[in-house]
Amino acid sequence: MATLRDIKRRIKAVQSTSKITKAMKMVAAAKFRKAQQRMFEMRPYADRMASVLSSLAASADHEIHPLLKLRPRKNVEVLVITSDRGLCGAFNTNILRAAMNHISTLKKDGFEVGISTVGRKARDYYKRRGIQLRKSWTGISGRVAYSNVQEIASDIIESYINETIDEVILIYNEFKSVVAQKIIVTRLLPLSPIETKEELLSVDNFIYEPSKEEIFSSLLPKNVEIQIFRSLLESQASEEAARMSAMENATQAANDMINSLTLQFNKARQAAITKELMDIVGGVEALKG
Amino acid sequence: MENKLKLEIVTPYGLVVSEDVDEVLCTGSEGEFGVLPGHADFVTTLKIGMLTSKKGNETKIYFVNWGYAEVGTDKITVLADSAERSEDIDVERAKAAMKRAEERLRKNAESDFNKAEAALERAATRIQVAQLKIPK
Repeated sequence: MATLRDIKRRIKAVQSTSKITKAMKMVAAAKFRKAQQRMFEMRPYADRMASVLSSLAASADHEIHPLLKLRPRKNVEVLVITSDRGLCGAFNTNILRAAMNHISTLKKDGFEVGISTVGRKARDYYKRRGIQLRKSWTGISGRVAYSNVQEIASDIIESYINETIDEVILIYNEFKSVVAQKIIVTRLLPLSPIETKEELLSVDNFIYEPSKEEIFSSLLPKNVEIQIFRSLLESQASEEAARMSAMENATQAANDMINSLTLQFNKARQAAITKELMDIVGGVEALKG
Repeated sequence: MENKLKLEIVTPYGLVVSEDVDEVLCTGSEGEFGVLPGHADFVTTLKIGMLTSKKGNETKIYFVNWGYAEVGTDKITVLADSAERSEDIDVERAKAAMKRAEERLRKNAESDFNKAEAALERAATRIQVAQLKIPK
């Protein structure tokens, strides 16, 4: 049986772990609030952008811009968004598993698949498996800046226009609530066929200024940027939320452990006292004898 | 038909305004234009400039930094990189930005000439918009 001192030492160790996880939870909570606010601020813009684009694309010709053009798919690019840091529960594992599933389905269907990643976790995951990455970005999660997004977007758009890739799939965690993230697998390029209202189809009734070509050539890449930006912000808020609940669970587990260890400690102490008493009583009885 | 125009200005940092107005004046890339209810469908890019909205006797002025405007019969949606109401403009900050931009232009580093020029224009327009008196 463990001695009193052993138990005491373990209690101390678990206590300091619980202090750390509690602090980490608090940090995650603060970061989460910030990330969530940015995400909520971003949403109306992304939504309006989508609605403007869909009303434009409904009446536009697909030939007008390379990003709208339909062409046979052969090379599919998968962009996986994870976090840079761990300790956030199953956040990264889930997304990487979903990505793997999707990639193997694509490969089975005969597509050439390339992989790009955002976040250190995804990069390391593929590196360990010896899978070549087309591109990887790290050090973004935590402070997503628009310039990071522009870098990613311009790289993707360039490869798409060069026809080195024919389709781009975006895989990321969407923020649902503090305890729930949803894995989103969505097509970034070519722009998803937009549902068109029939009366809009035949007539191009928009007036464009300066010109249709110019509007599209600035609006379409912008839309790609915005979508990536949005998914990065969603992913970040989800990450912090996941970390928050992971740390909450860890703190809880540590406290449970402290309780059971304390119980064990008290029992051991009690046993020691009882044993000592018995010795004394035994001694007294012997002297009386 | 409803005789109002729904003005919405959104930026990546949030919704700046969403309200019904009577008239909107914008700075488009091809020059200024006004929008009244019942306007034809219209899409344009916006320059750094100002946007004025009128509702009854009330006039509001906004600073708009690049973007797009989509006009429909009863709405105008502005997607801007950034936008502020004239009262909310931080003039001190804009002045500082202007100074920085001027300095960079003076050094004349080829690489960021365009950037500095844009920054200068942004700052100058901000200050101009902030100091405009709202006509009664």
